[in-house]
Amino acid sequence: MRKVYLDNAATTPLLPEVFEAMVPYLKDMYGNPQSLHSWGDDAREAVEEARGKVAALLGADSDEIIFTGSGTESNNFAVKGLAMAQQSKGKHIVASAIEHFSVLHSIRSLEKQGFELTEVPVDKHGLVDPEEVARSIRDDTVLVSIMTANTEVGTIQPIGDISRVVKKSGAIFHTDAVAAVGTIPVDVGELGVDALSLAGNQFYGPKGVGALWIKKGVRIIPFLEGGVQEGGRRAGTENVPAIVGLGRAAELAGAEMKSRIEHLSSIRDKLIEGLPSRIEHSFLTGHPTQRLPGNASFCIEFIEGESMLMLLGHQGIAAASGSACTSRALKASHVLLAMGIPHEVAHGSLLFSLGVTNSMEDIEYVLEILPPIVDRLRSMSPLYAKYSKERNRGN
Amino acid sequence: MPAYSEKVMDHFMNPRNVGEIEDADGIGEEGNPVCGDMMTFYIKVNDNRLSDVKFKTFGCGAAIAVSSIVSEMAIGKTIEEARKITPSVVAKELGGLPKNKYHCSNLGAQALNLAIDDYQRKQGMKVKPRKRRKNDHE
Repeated sequence: MRKVYLDNAATTPLLPEVFEAMVPYLKDMYGNPQSLHSWGDDAREAVEEARGKVAALLGADSDEIIFTGSGTESNNFAVKGLAMAQQSKGKHIVASAIEHFSVLHSIRSLEKQGFELTEVPVDKHGLVDPEEVARSIRDDTVLVSIMTANTEVGTIQPIGDISRVVKKSGAIFHTDAVAAVGTIPVDVGELGVDALSLAGNQFYGPKGVGALWIKKGVRIIPFLEGGVQEGGRRAGTENVPAIVGLGRAAELAGAEMKSRIEHLSSIRDKLIEGLPSRIEHSFLTGHPTQRLPGNASFCIEFIEGESMLMLLGHQGIAAASGSACTSRALKASHVLLAMGIPHEVAHGSLLFSLGVTNSMEDIEYVLEILPPIVDRLRSMSPLYAKYSKERNRGN
Repeated sequence: MPAYSEKVMDHFMNPRNVGEIEDADGIGEEGNPVCGDMMTFYIKVNDNRLSDVKFKTFGCGAAIAVSSIVSEMAIGKTIEEARKITPSVVAKELGGLPKNKYHCSNLGAQALNLAIDDYQRKQGMKVKPRKRRKNDHE
C-alpha cells in the first residue's frame, strides 16, 4: 500500500543529513559540555556551533539563543519568564485567540498570580488586526504574544506591523514562531520582536529540542534553575545530539528555503485547488494567500474528522483534524472556532500538512482517495440526509 | 487515533444496517451536531419484535461502530429484550471502548431507546419523556 505522510504539522521527519550529524554525539562524543577536558571541549564546541547556525537562520547573535527541550518549553519559558520579569511595571498580557495552548495555558497559570489577559480576536481567515492589538494594549501591559504562523490553518500574521504597535507601548513582544522558523524566512530584526520560540521537529530536526531567542538586554526569569548552562537561564545538562541536529536542520533550512517553498507551494496549491472542486461543501480554512507553504487545511461539511482520518489511514494517508472527537479533551479546535467556524462544521476539519518528502503524486493520491471516503461517510450522515431532503424540497 | 478494538474497527469499516426506513414504526434521534455526534435510529416492529433496525450517524469511529453493533444486537429482539441493550452491554460487546469514547455507547443505546419510545407512543402507550443527554463536549 502506498504510504503518504501529510502530518508534518505534528512533526516533520528527520532528514538523513541531520541524523548523520547527530550520530557521533550519540556514540563517541558523549562528553558533558560543562566538563573541563577534551570530551567536554568537543561537546561544548558542537553546542556552540549549533547555536551559531540557529542564530544565523534568524539573523540573530549566538549569545541570544537559549536551547530548550521543545517549542512548548520555549513558549512556557517566554510567557512566564518575561511576564514575571516585568511584573513591577504591570500585570496585563495581550495574546491572540488562536495561540498554541503552550502560550494560552501559560497565561492562564499567570492569571492565578494576578495577571490579566486580553485576547485579541482574529478574522475569518485567522488574521490578527494590528489595530485590534493597539486597542488591547493598556498602560499596564507588559507582554504581547502573537504567533508568527498558525500550524492548524497556516495563516501568517503581519508580525512586523504588530511589532510597530507594540513598540509604541513599551511592552515586550514575544512571537511563537514554532510553525514558521525553518519553513518561511524569519528574521528577528525585520520582525521587530523581543523574543521568539522555535522547535526542531518542525523543520526536519529532532524532537525534544527547541530554542528561545531573546533580544540582548531583555530580562527573563530563569526557567530551570540549577547549573550554569545556557547562561544560567535554562539549567540542565545539554541535550547535545539533539542540539547538534537542530543546528544542522537550521543550516539546511537556510540553504534550501527558497527551493523548499517553491516545491511545497506548488503541491499545496494543487491540493487547495483540487479538493474543493472534487468535494461539494468543502472549503479551505485559513488565509487564501498569507499562509504557510505546506499547509492545506479544510472543513468538509456534514461529516466528522476522526472517521475521515481512520478511513484515510486505512489507505495509507496520515493527516490530522481539529475535530472534538480527535482531541483527548473532546473539544473542537479553538482556532477554527475563533475564526467563526460553527462547531458542527469544525468537526469536519481536515488538515494536510505537507513536507519536503512529499511529491505531486502524493497529492494526486489524496485527491483520488478522499472523495469516495467523503461520499461513504456522507451516505451514513443524518446531517447530510437532512440537507439533501431540504435541497430537494427547495428545487 | 484512539486505540480501538478489532471489533470496533470491523464495525467502523463495515457498518451493518446503515440507512433509513421509509415507513419506520419508530424513530429516535440522539446527540447533536454541535457535540460532534448525532445518531438517528429507525425501527420496524412486528409482533412486539424489532424486525428491522437501521441508522444514520454523524460522528467519530466509535460512534459509527456503536450504531452498527446496536442495530445488529437489536434486530430480532423483543421490545423488552431490546430495552436491555445498555451502554455497558454495548461497550462490552465491542470489546471495550477508549475511556473518552465511552459516551458514544450511551448515545447508541439512548437513540435506540428513543426509537422504541416513539413506537410505543404511536401505539398509544404513555412513555415518559427522557432527559436530553448532557452536552459533554462543551
